[in-house]
Amino acid sequence: MLFQDIVFWVLSVLAIGASLGVVLVKDLFRAALLLVVVFIAVAGFFVLLSAEFLAVVQVLIYAGAIAILIIFAIMLTRDVQHGNLPNRFQIPAATLAAVLLAVLVAVAVDTKWDLLAGQAQSRAQAVQTSAVRTLESPGDLAGLERAGFATEDERTAAQEAGLADLLIGDFVLPFEVVSLLLLAAVIGALALVRPR
Amino acid sequence: MTLYDLYLISPQLAVASTGILVILLDLVFQRKGFLPYAAFAGLLVSLTFLVIQSVDLAGAVNLVDAVDSGAAGVLAGSLAVDRFSLFFNYLVLAALGLVTLASVDYVRRIERFRGEYFGLLLFSATGMMLLASATELITIYISLELTTLPLAALSAFLMTSKSSEAGMKFLIIGAISSAVMLYGMALIYGFTGSTQLDEIAVVVTSAAALDLPFGGYALLVGVVLMLVGFGFKISSVPFQMWVPDIYEGAPAPVVAFLSVASKAAAVAVLIRVLFTGFFPIALDWASLITVLAAASMTLGNLAAMGQSNIRRLFGYSTIAHAGYILVGIAAGVRTSGSVTGGPEFVSLGLNSVLFYLAAYAAANLTAFFAIIAVSQRTGSDLIEDYGGLVRRAPFLAVALTLALVALIGVPPTSIFIAKLVIFSAAVKSGLVWLAILGVINSVVSAYYYVRIVRVMFLEPPQEQEASGISPVAWFALTVSGVAMIGIGIAPGFVLRAAEIAVGALML
Repeated sequence: MLFQDIVFWVLSVLAIGASLGVVLVKDLFRAALLLVVVFIAVAGFFVLLSAEFLAVVQVLIYAGAIAILIIFAIMLTRDVQHGNLPNRFQIPAATLAAVLLAVLVAVAVDTKWDLLAGQAQSRAQAVQTSAVRTLESPGDLAGLERAGFATEDERTAAQEAGLADLLIGDFVLPFEVVSLLLLAAVIGALALVRPR
Repeated sequence: MTLYDLYLISPQLAVASTGILVILLDLVFQRKGFLPYAAFAGLLVSLTFLVIQSVDLAGAVNLVDAVDSGAAGVLAGSLAVDRFSLFFNYLVLAALGLVTLASVDYVRRIERFRGEYFGLLLFSATGMMLLASATELITIYISLELTTLPLAALSAFLMTSKSSEAGMKFLIIGAISSAVMLYGMALIYGFTGSTQLDEIAVVVTSAAALDLPFGGYALLVGVVLMLVGFGFKISSVPFQMWVPDIYEGAPAPVVAFLSVASKAAAVAVLIRVLFTGFFPIALDWASLITVLAAASMTLGNLAAMGQSNIRRLFGYSTIAHAGYILVGIAAGVRTSGSVTGGPEFVSLGLNSVLFYLAAYAAANLTAFFAIIAVSQRTGSDLIEDYGGLVRRAPFLAVALTLALVALIGVPPTSIFIAKLVIFSAAVKSGLVWLAILGVINSVVSAYYYVRIVRVMFLEPPQEQEASGISPVAWFALTVSGVAMIGIGIAPGFVLRAAEIAVGALML
């Protein structure tokens, strides 16, 4: 437990420090690099929450693809050496962000997150963790039993409910609609880069 | 996915595949003139599926649950094919059909990308139709994105500086509002452990028993953040900043579609989320909606008065109309004199919202088709250039006047009846002050609508126009105009349809 606590605090300091850097550093390029640090720290949190699959995805997609996309966008933009210029909305924006932070912290601390009936909650948690936990095969059978999966069949089903099953099972509709969305985005972008 | 699942989403599938087909046809054929008609034919296919679904629904409440237990498909929980969703699907389809026909003239100025224009329009409509049926937060979010993103691209389609500005603003403000909404959804998922509205409702019921606002801070913040996203889509204050600029800069048929169909779909999903997912805490969110309604009506109408561009004016007027619609949604919950102490459902409020949307769609489409025709002739959207329109194009002037009179809500037009039902529902639900504010606002709105009529009839005509309007555009204008007058003269049919649709929501 102690080791996990240490890792948690190290990651937290890293994530918060780096995100402050993203906002405060003048040089956009450095800000983008700091964003990569934030992404990697968040991936660390996912590992702590035993969602290794999400952690890998986070590193691949966010720290990999999206960060590179942002860096490319910065490099292709003119006048980037002027950096992150301050504007007249700086103070209102900072105030709003601070209020939002206070509200969200209050929500996280004050909410009774365990309002779900005990069994339903542990059931939901078991399904969630097993959904994102596909790298490790041996599941926590005893834990599933405690979570209210009475029969052997139910336990196996809960264990096998991986991310892929959810994507082409319960969430097949949004999953397919995303492809249509991407198609629309590509077509829209193509139509807009035409010469006048 | 079984065949039955595909049948459940067949209207949406038909629209989406028409979109892809139109783009492919654009690639293959040299002559592009037939593309709008191909899109229109695809809509008829979708309409056929809708009619089949409506007939199938005769005995059931929701086609998704109506399957045999063994076949209860993967869509259970994430989609509802009930009378409520069908009502909005018909509405979106009708608006899309008319806008497609009205675009025939307009796309001539987009020489090369007509297929993409209609394709994006159809993709956006797919999103709206899914939105009307979605009962699960992830599906709602993705459908909302599918609605917004093509419209943002279409707004920038003219590539003029105004049009590019419109597209850029739409894209960025839309992205921010949907990010905020996603945060709200995440909080709600964290609190309730589910993304399906019916399962969320179970947890919210037990949370409502706690003596906290909204039954918990996570729900409070979650619902408020979600309202930000929906508020953006229905263009309610304080998320309205984008509206006038996009109404001014985007292609006019796109604006017509945006103002009618996009608003209707967003209202549909707002009603479904609030009334099926969060009804136990209705007293809390209804007061929020009340504030939004009052602010939208007042700000929209006041800002519309000083406009000199007719499309900007309509941008502000649509904000005001979003306010009237929100009055109806707030009136769906009885706020005072409840017997049980908990929230009480008033179906009249939601009936009035659905009726209002249909009446507003007909009137606003008529007005916009007339505006498109006029700007086709004069090349201007300034109100002063409408001078003497009655002598230059009497039919257009009369159509536009009828639409404006309807938008004010003068008896016996369709929106008069809609406002009557909305305000009486508000009184019935204990929101007397909101009803009074609405009536005052309607009177205020008469000022700027009548100003346009005055310019058209009394001011001397401007320089003569050259180009005419194609028969198809006339057809679209006539159909929407006849629908507008028809709803006003014989409102019974649409009122009954709205009643049945709302009946499917709350059982």
